[in-house]
Amino acid sequence: MPEMKINELIDSHSELTDAGASKSAVVLMTRIRLARNLAKHPFPGWAKDAQKREIRDQCMQAVAALPQMKRGLAIPVENLDELQKQILVERHLISRELCHAKSGSGIVISKDQSCVVMVNEEDHLRIQVLRAGYQFKKVWNTINALDSDLEEHVDYAFSPKLGYLSACPTNLGTAIRASTMMHLPALVISSQMEKVVRAVNQLGMAVRGLFGEGSDASGSIFQISNQTTLGESEDEIIKHLNGVLNTIIEQELNAREKLVESEPNKLSDKIGRAFGILQNGYLLNSSEAMNLLSLIRLGIDLGIFADAQRAVVDRLFIECQPGHVQHAAKGSFEPAQRDVLRAEKLRAEFAKMPAPDFSNTVR
Amino acid sequence: MANSLKCDLCSKPATVHLTQIVNSKIHKVDLCEACAQAKGVTDPGGFSLADLLLKASLNPEPAGDIRCESCGFTQQDFKKTGRFGCPSCYAHFSGMLEPMLDTMHKGVVHTGKIPQRALERKSLYEKLTQLETELDQAIKSERYEDAARYRDELQQVRQAGSGKPNA
Repeated sequence: MPEMKINELIDSHSELTDAGASKSAVVLMTRIRLARNLAKHPFPGWAKDAQKREIRDQCMQAVAALPQMKRGLAIPVENLDELQKQILVERHLISRELCHAKSGSGIVISKDQSCVVMVNEEDHLRIQVLRAGYQFKKVWNTINALDSDLEEHVDYAFSPKLGYLSACPTNLGTAIRASTMMHLPALVISSQMEKVVRAVNQLGMAVRGLFGEGSDASGSIFQISNQTTLGESEDEIIKHLNGVLNTIIEQELNAREKLVESEPNKLSDKIGRAFGILQNGYLLNSSEAMNLLSLIRLGIDLGIFADAQRAVVDRLFIECQPGHVQHAAKGSFEPAQRDVLRAEKLRAEFAKMPAPDFSNTVR
Repeated sequence: MANSLKCDLCSKPATVHLTQIVNSKIHKVDLCEACAQAKGVTDPGGFSLADLLLKASLNPEPAGDIRCESCGFTQQDFKKTGRFGCPSCYAHFSGMLEPMLDTMHKGVVHTGKIPQRALERKSLYEKLTQLETELDQAIKSERYEDAARYRDELQQVRQAGSGKPNA
């Protein structure tokens, strides 16, 4: 049974900052989400408050009993304060929509923060598994087992013809959303991103910013996911997405090669300056911090910094978000104060980092 | 003439013509300036053709009185939120659903995972109910040999499964 407290969870390392997993040059994270609903119950958006609470209790009990959730966290959303919710959003564990849920919603998170079930978001159950790096096979196997185990205990709304019945018809069928978080700095620097977004859209996939719908792509980080869910099996959906993603990875790596070849000084200058600002800046907002960290990560991939630093940058991508900055400083701070705190943290982190070695990029 | 096209949403003259290929199907949309702006067509990143088509296909005929018998959700409610009220809504609104799904998805029939356990529970429950009815009828019409057979079958089925759904 879950027994973790929210503060313990926040203070323990999350899957995304796991040092062992930061080997992938382009794909930061792989995530799969399945939407499920209980048979014979109104969807969360239409259920009365009392029904919602009853549904939540039933779902949370069933989810919390799963072996995968042992020693994890199970908590109603109304028991979390704004900062705690924000931190969970910044770790990509819960959605912004769930934060705004008025009452009757809940969250169950596994101890290692790789499995999350949101209860009464848009659907009764939103099951999610995420892993650092590019790992669709592993993530699908985990979530498939989690879903099958849960189905032993609850009756899902399912139609042989339409598949899993979701509140929104755009999720019908498999109700799967498979996505990756991709770091595409060279495509951004060489102004090719718009073209890529258009092509990906035409292939029926969606491109979003770091925090999903409507968020910006600071740090050159993009979420790419399948858009359609009915008419294809989960395997086929993932296979098609994989095909598109591999093409994007190839494009990004080509763009990097081209940058190194055609404008080595310009590229080295960008990366060198980013390092300088991170080591010496006193005011950094989150968007600037993300963009500087993005350049450092590009530098690591190009051999300018040591490979071991990749995990540091990936951790800082999350720890530089407003919620994490405030949590680390143990208080609530205005944006201007946060910029001071963020710069202070980054100065401390980058003081330890060895200087860049440009011998491979500048000839 | 190209200019004679009308906006799919409000019937003003269309000035924005969009062709999008989703899953190798070609979708064409014609919009007036105002609707194009409102739908974010000028911003390729934030534009979802599915959303647009969904709304366009619902717009021409004002919502009738179709209402889900299970939860009371109406077609008007769907138009407002883009979400349904409960799983049974899909059966009650199947008429307007089909054309919508066709533009939204790759196919209109599910080919993915099925909740094996839930379906087993459901068929087990149906089997039990059927046997119970037959047993009752056999007893009532004094066909005791049949009744004994149904009783044995019932016992077997009960042992094979662990119980009724929602237990």
